Amino acid sequence: MGLLSKKDAKLITDPFADNNPITIQVLGICSALAITAELKASIVMSISVLFVLGLGNVVISLMRNIIPSKIRIIVQLIVVATLVIIVDLVLKAFAYELSKTLSVFVGLIITNCIIMGRFEAFALGNGPWRSFLDGVGNALGYAAILIIVGFFRELLGSGTLLGFKVLGDPIEKTGVYAIGYENNGFMLLSPMALIVVGIIIWVQRSRNKALIEEH
Amino acid sequence: MSLKNKLHNLKEKYKGTKMAPAFNAIHTFLYLPNEVTHGGTHIKAADDLKRTMNIVIMSLIPCLIFGMFNAGYQHYAAIDAAKGITTEFSVLGSFLTWDNLWIGIIKILPLVVVSYAVGLAVEFVFAVIKGHEVEEGYLVTGMLVPLIVPVDTPLWMLAVAVIFGVVIGKEVFGGTGMNILNPALTIRAFLFFAYPTWMSGDKVWVYDAVNRAGTADAISGETILGSYAQNLEPVYSSWDKFFGFIPGSVGETSTFLILLGAAFLIFTKIGSWRIIVSTFIGAAAMGLIFNLVADNGIITESSKFFGLMSAPWWEHLMIGGLAFGAVYMATDPVTASQTNKGKWIYGFLIGFISIMIRVFNPAYPEGVFLAILLMNVFAPTIDHYVVQGNVKKRLKRLKAKTA
Repeated sequence: MGLLSKKDAKLITDPFADNNPITIQVLGICSALAITAELKASIVMSISVLFVLGLGNVVISLMRNIIPSKIRIIVQLIVVATLVIIVDLVLKAFAYELSKTLSVFVGLIITNCIIMGRFEAFALGNGPWRSFLDGVGNALGYAAILIIVGFFRELLGSGTLLGFKVLGDPIEKTGVYAIGYENNGFMLLSPMALIVVGIIIWVQRSRNKALIEEH
Repeated sequence: MSLKNKLHNLKEKYKGTKMAPAFNAIHTFLYLPNEVTHGGTHIKAADDLKRTMNIVIMSLIPCLIFGMFNAGYQHYAAIDAAKGITTEFSVLGSFLTWDNLWIGIIKILPLVVVSYAVGLAVEFVFAVIKGHEVEEGYLVTGMLVPLIVPVDTPLWMLAVAVIFGVVIGKEVFGGTGMNILNPALTIRAFLFFAYPTWMSGDKVWVYDAVNRAGTADAISGETILGSYAQNLEPVYSSWDKFFGFIPGSVGETSTFLILLGAAFLIFTKIGSWRIIVSTFIGAAAMGLIFNLVADNGIITESSKFFGLMSAPWWEHLMIGGLAFGAVYMATDPVTASQTNKGKWIYGFLIGFISIMIRVFNPAYPEGVFLAILLMNVFAPTIDHYVVQGNVKKRLKRLKAKTA
C-alpha cells in the first residue's frame, strides 16, 4: 500500500485476524452478547465504537505528554464519555428507534474494555496518526465479529436481514416457511450469542494453531 | 476365512489412514477386536463402555415400546374425546392394539432413526477429523433423545438439535467423558428454547393434533402439568399416571416401567441408586413444602400457583419427566457427582429444584431438564467440597493423634 507503510498497515489488519479484540483478547464481550440479535444494531454499534475509538485514540495520543500518569484513567474516561455522549445524542436525533433498541448499551461504550485497553496500551505511547490507525483497526476487528454474530442471529432467529424478510414470511408461509422451516427462537437469546462467538473462536484457533494457549 | 478375520486384515492394511477410525468403529461394533492389552498390569473386567451403554439401552426398550402404543392410544382417545364418545379403558382392548402400535411405528421409529443417524454421523466426522476412535457415548444419547421429545416433533428440528447438542454439548469439550452437560438434555433444552411452540402447549403431545388445529377435526391432549398450571383438575386417575396412560413426551409417561428400568440399572450397578433415591426425596421434600403452603392458606385458590402447589406431593413424583430424569438422566456417570456424599446432595437438589421450577414458572411447564442441567454444572463443585471436607477431617484426626 502506498498510503501506509507496512508497519502501519499491520495496525489495521492485525486486529482483524490474529489479534482480534473479541476472539483473542476477549474484550468487549458484553456488547457482543447484548445487541447482536439484529444486524442493524450490530452495524450501528460498530460505527459508534469506530468513531469513539478512532477519535479517542487521537485525542489521548495528542495529550499523552501532558497527562499526569496518576490521573490518566480519569482523563481517559472524560474523553470517552464526551465522545459517547456525542454518539448518543446523534443517535437520538437521527435514529430514535435504533437508539431505543441499543438503549443503555450506547452509554456502556464508556466501559467497553477495548477502548480503555487501546488508550492504555497504544495511544499513551504512540503518535496521533499511528494511534488513529490502531483505533480504527481495533474497531474494525470488533465490528467484524459483531456483524458476523449479528448476521447469523438475525438470519436464523428472525429470518430477516436488516429487517428484510430474506427467508420468506413466517406468518403467510412463503419461501422456506412453506416447507415447514421455522425460526430458531434460541438465536435471539443472549446465550446463543456467546455460543456463536465461541464457534468463531473455535474455527479461528483450529485454522491457526499458534493461537491455542498452553495450559 | 471368517468375516471377522477379513475385517481384521482390512483394519491392519488401512491402519493410520484417515478413515480408519470410522472403519474400526464398525469393526468393534460387530466383533471383539483381536487386540489385547500390552504393557503394565490391567484389571480385567467384562463391563466396558460398550456393554455399559447397551445395558442402559436395554433398560430403555420397555419405555420405547410403551411409548409407541401410548402414541396411538392418545391419538385415538383424543379423537373419541373430540367426538364426545367415552370408551371403557382396558389394557388389551384399547391399549395394546395393532392400530396403536402402527401410529407408534410411523411416528416414533423415524425419531429414533433420525436421532441415531444424525448423532452417529457427527461422531464419525469428529472421529475422522481428530483421528481418534469413534466413541460409544452416543449410543445411549441417541435412544434417550426420541424418548424425551413430544411425538409430533418435526424430524428436521430433531436433526438440528442433535447436531447442536452433540457438537456444542459434547465434542467441543473433547468428546465422551469430557462433557459438562448431559448431551441428551442439551438437545432437549435446545429444542425447548429454539422452538417453544413445538415443545409446549396442549397440541404437541398427541399425534396429528398440530395438523388438525383450527379444523373441525381438532383434537388436543393437555399434559397433567399443563392442566395443573392452568388451575384445572386433570382428568386422569392416579393409576393412569403411575402406569403412564397419559399424554406426555414419548417415553417418559410410564413411571411403572421407568421404575422397572431403574431396578435393572441398580441391579447391574450401572445406575447410582443414591442419585435416584435422593432425587425422589428432594422432589418429595419440595412437594411437601408446597403442600404445607397451600394447606395453611398462605396462598389462595386465586393464585396462579395454586393448582401445582396443592397437587399432592406424591403425585409430583409420577407426573412430568421427574422419574425419567431421575433414573436415566441424573445418573449419567459423566455429568453427575462422583463422590457418594456428593451424589446424595446432587440428587436431592435436582429433585428439589425440579419441583420448584415446575411450580413457580408456568412458562416452563417441566423443570426437570433445567434442574438436571443446572446441577450438572455444579456437580464438580459439590465433589470438590466433599473431597476437601474429607481431607480436613482426616487432617484433624492426624493432629489429634500427634498432639
